[in-house]
Amino acid sequence: MKEALEKIRQAAANELARCADIKELDQLRVKFLGKKGELTAILKAMGSLSAEERPKMGQLANEVRGAIEESLSEKLASLKEAKLEHQLRSERLDVTMPGRLPEMGKPHPLTLVMDEIKEIFLGMGFSVVSGPEVETDHYNFEMLNIPKEHPARDTQDTFYINENVILRTQTSPVQIRTMEKQSPPIRVISPGRVYRSDAIDATHSPLFHQIEGLVVDKGVTMADLKGTLEIFVKRLYGEDAVVRFRPHHFPFTEPSAEVDVMCFSCHGEGCRLCKGEGWIEILGCGMVHPKVLQNCGIDPEEYSGFAFGMGLERVVMRRFNIDDLRLFFENDLRFLDQF
Amino acid sequence: MDLSMRWLNDYVKIETEPRRFAQALTMSGSKVEGWTVEGDGIDRVVVGKVLEVTPHEDSDHLVVCKIDVGGETPLQIVTGASNVVPGAWVPAALDGSTLPGGKKIKKGKLRGVVSEGMLCSLGELGLTQHDFPYAVEDGIFLLEEECHAGQEIREALGYNDTCVEFEITPNRPDCLSVLGLAREAAATYGLPFAVREPVVKGCGDGSRIEDSLSVEVQNPTLCPRYTAKMIKNVQVGPSPRWMRERLRASGVRPINNLVDITNYVMLEYGQPLHAFDASQIRGGRIIVRNAQPGESIETLDGNPRRLNEAMLVIADPERAVAVAGVMGGGNSAITDETHTVVLESANFLGSSVRITARNLGMRTDASARYEKGLDPKNTMGAVLRACELVELLGVGEVVDGVIDVDHSPAEPTRIPFDPDWINRFLGIEVPRAEMERILLSLEFKLEGDEVIVPSFRADVEHKADIAEEIARFYGYDKIPTTVIRGAAKASLTPEQKFEREIHRTLQAAGCYEVVTYSFISPKFYDQIGLPENSPLRQSVKISNPLGEDTSVMRTTTLPSMLEVLSHNYAHKNAVFYGYEIGNEYIPHEGQELPDENPQVTVGLYGGGSDFYTLKGMVELLLERLHVRGWDIRPVKNHPTFHPGRCAELLKDGRQIGLLGEVHPSVLENYSIGAKAYLAKLDVQALFAGADFQIEYKATPRYPASTRDLSLLCDEELPIIEIEKVIRASAGNCLEDVKLFDVYKGEQVAESQKSVSYSLVMRSPNGTMTDGEADAAVKRVLKALEKINVFLRV
Repeated sequence: MKEALEKIRQAAANELARCADIKELDQLRVKFLGKKGELTAILKAMGSLSAEERPKMGQLANEVRGAIEESLSEKLASLKEAKLEHQLRSERLDVTMPGRLPEMGKPHPLTLVMDEIKEIFLGMGFSVVSGPEVETDHYNFEMLNIPKEHPARDTQDTFYINENVILRTQTSPVQIRTMEKQSPPIRVISPGRVYRSDAIDATHSPLFHQIEGLVVDKGVTMADLKGTLEIFVKRLYGEDAVVRFRPHHFPFTEPSAEVDVMCFSCHGEGCRLCKGEGWIEILGCGMVHPKVLQNCGIDPEEYSGFAFGMGLERVVMRRFNIDDLRLFFENDLRFLDQF
Repeated sequence: MDLSMRWLNDYVKIETEPRRFAQALTMSGSKVEGWTVEGDGIDRVVVGKVLEVTPHEDSDHLVVCKIDVGGETPLQIVTGASNVVPGAWVPAALDGSTLPGGKKIKKGKLRGVVSEGMLCSLGELGLTQHDFPYAVEDGIFLLEEECHAGQEIREALGYNDTCVEFEITPNRPDCLSVLGLAREAAATYGLPFAVREPVVKGCGDGSRIEDSLSVEVQNPTLCPRYTAKMIKNVQVGPSPRWMRERLRASGVRPINNLVDITNYVMLEYGQPLHAFDASQIRGGRIIVRNAQPGESIETLDGNPRRLNEAMLVIADPERAVAVAGVMGGGNSAITDETHTVVLESANFLGSSVRITARNLGMRTDASARYEKGLDPKNTMGAVLRACELVELLGVGEVVDGVIDVDHSPAEPTRIPFDPDWINRFLGIEVPRAEMERILLSLEFKLEGDEVIVPSFRADVEHKADIAEEIARFYGYDKIPTTVIRGAAKASLTPEQKFEREIHRTLQAAGCYEVVTYSFISPKFYDQIGLPENSPLRQSVKISNPLGEDTSVMRTTTLPSMLEVLSHNYAHKNAVFYGYEIGNEYIPHEGQELPDENPQVTVGLYGGGSDFYTLKGMVELLLERLHVRGWDIRPVKNHPTFHPGRCAELLKDGRQIGLLGEVHPSVLENYSIGAKAYLAKLDVQALFAGADFQIEYKATPRYPASTRDLSLLCDEELPIIEIEKVIRASAGNCLEDVKLFDVYKGEQVAESQKSVSYSLVMRSPNGTMTDGEADAAVKRVLKALEKINVFLRV
């Protein structure tokens, strides 16, 4: 019997060594250890052994079973590993092949930058307000200290609907409407479409977008205006942007200023991009004219404020190096897909 | 405004380079657009004296000249001009010299004879006969100036002025003058400045202007001041070089001494002057009055002008002789026969001049200045300065006396001077004394706690204006930067967030955002097939449009999107999915402003898209926007859409949107060769119909039962009707109804269709039994029979 056990051990070792397949391995388990397997057959014959031999043989048989089980599980592990390795090797892909993109649309570049600007001001506590595009002369001009026949009307070639109704030339009338409705403190921006009768070419469009802002409260100073706009410009153009405030004139602010950033290309030396000036004008602003506050029923002795405005298209054109304004309104997919 | 630096230096000594000057004036509020240095393209061109002129051996039209250019030996220069004579002074371009336009001159040979340079014509130096009336145009420029051999030509010709171009804002007409800019420059640099009083000798022969001229101003509102001087024995001729130079540098063409003086004074003082031929002022009476009904005048430019009663004219007792502040009449113009001149230096109301000039369609140098509102106190100085120049140039004799009808307000503007308020307002700390220094340098006066505004500063009315003066000269760059105080609360409104969700959803669904013009051509309504009597043709019309294509505000966004699809199709973009959020402008009778209704418009073609692609996108959008419980109905008669492929969306019985396949004939109008789809939803209606409440329901604990039903019905029956019945009849256990097949053809009778649904049912109380599921199906089938839908067997 001892020989028989040794023989089984040997046979198992041989056959396991040859085995190369998990299924076959399973069959070997049945063959050697199964209920009808060889080892079981021997164990069944244990009954015929002597009382002295029985424990010895029992021990040996267990030893053999243990050895076979161990070999079986070792073999199983190695076969599994080989199989996985084979699978992984066969599943190898050319990862440089192009991916399958989900079809997605994109925002218009004007919206892209407009949203960025809105976020900057939301972060500084400004609400976003809007108003009508077809506007009265009263709100677009008169309330803003630009009476009829004021020469400043020349600089804003206006589309008229009738004597009293126009297409707004600026989003400032929204500020007036806001001041009429809301009492200070006021902190708003008004983005939107504006209209001027400029013939369409690479740098002009009868429709473009503006973002204007208004702050009214007790004790608002021109230093606040500078501080606020400097933060804005640096957020929009980068912390290293150099900002300059230069006196200017707007009928609805006093003092008024234009804001320039130092030319990114020549750093103030003067180049083609900045038309030799070294600076690029980006914003108009000023302290709200006392007459404007008064027009809106806000006491200029008690409150002060500042306002600012900028054109969106030029900012976007500079950002992406776009040289023709018409592209924005043509909406060609090959253009829209670049942003 | 183009400023001659040489002219400026008569009043303020500025010895800084143009770049720094430009920077300084820009920062104090007079924005410099750029500057040019006269003749800066000219290099190594000098004055030469012609010593000898001999014929060229090998040419009939060339001559060989010996020219003294101040060197040890004269140069030999060959020229083709025939006007060069010994003793003449000429511009000689030396070897290696440059002329305007970048032309380079080198030593060389002309037909075998060495030429060590080139003699120049007026044109080759970039000049014209207006600059040097005595010069010939075709030939070498023979100088009649004081000069010496070897002298730099620009210096010899005074062709080296620097001209600085200013952008003057409309509130500062005083800066449209040399004196105004000199005042600003002096204040900027802290230099002294004072206007010199003109000195007029007068003819002293006992004649006085009042003897031969009277002025009556009938409308002092439109003409606050009328000042006039008279000049007799006028002799018209060219102006001296210094005056021509300055006019040229200021961008004004020299004409003759009399015209040049009026232009010169206008540039220097900012006050337009007009010269009348005194003999043409009938009766020696000038009447400043409104034009009469039907009156007309032929202006200096030879054009007849019809006037109206709102316009102010200068007239004699019989006729108008000038349109006030705009242009003189031909009937009283200066001619070769003129011997006595009336010089008008008047002040007119800006808005009146502006309206008159606009209505006559003629904007002149004078009207452009008047319409900004000029200083009535300036008329006298200006006319006296002109008379001073008349005497200096010997144009004529100035008749003694002056006519001055002055209705202008005598009292200057006074503003409280409050340095503390100014400091608080600007956020600075500038001592009172420094503020006073700034104001005095700008010719403001101080009396106690009041600032007295000079008459030429009509723009200064309020203490905020005084603050601006302080800020400008203290330096905007020195004002600190601070953060606004006070708590700020801001967030997007629910409407703004709603709109943001529209953008996000449609982009995620594959649509590119587009931006289109709000104005369209009325022809676009034909293009989308609107009937003649459609109310949508009632658009807000622009009364002064750029062109028909942008002449009305759109009442529908559909044509705008079709334009975009058409553009992309024409440019061979095979697939296009786009959307826009933009307004429609709907006018209403009796309402001043139209309603502006934001619409979300979706347009697409290509990429295997069909009606259901578009509808799916709309359903997704409604889902994301929390718009539930909407209804859909076929629309058979919308002119823009395919009659069998168009639907409207309804919420609570109101239309909130429209979607469909574009009508083939509309596609043809837009030259779109693919099937295209459009949807348009009203943003405000969507927002009103949205329900943002979300309430969590427990995830199901028991498995669902599914039953598939194949049904037969009339092919015309809208699918939604079947679904409605299923939902209504199945009971609470129904969780979902999914359509998975619609079939027409073999095995199905003609005019019928087979429709297959999958019903998902679930009970919250336990696993659903077959019995319960079957009972529900039975209820459904029974209900469906009532609308003639039967189980397919």
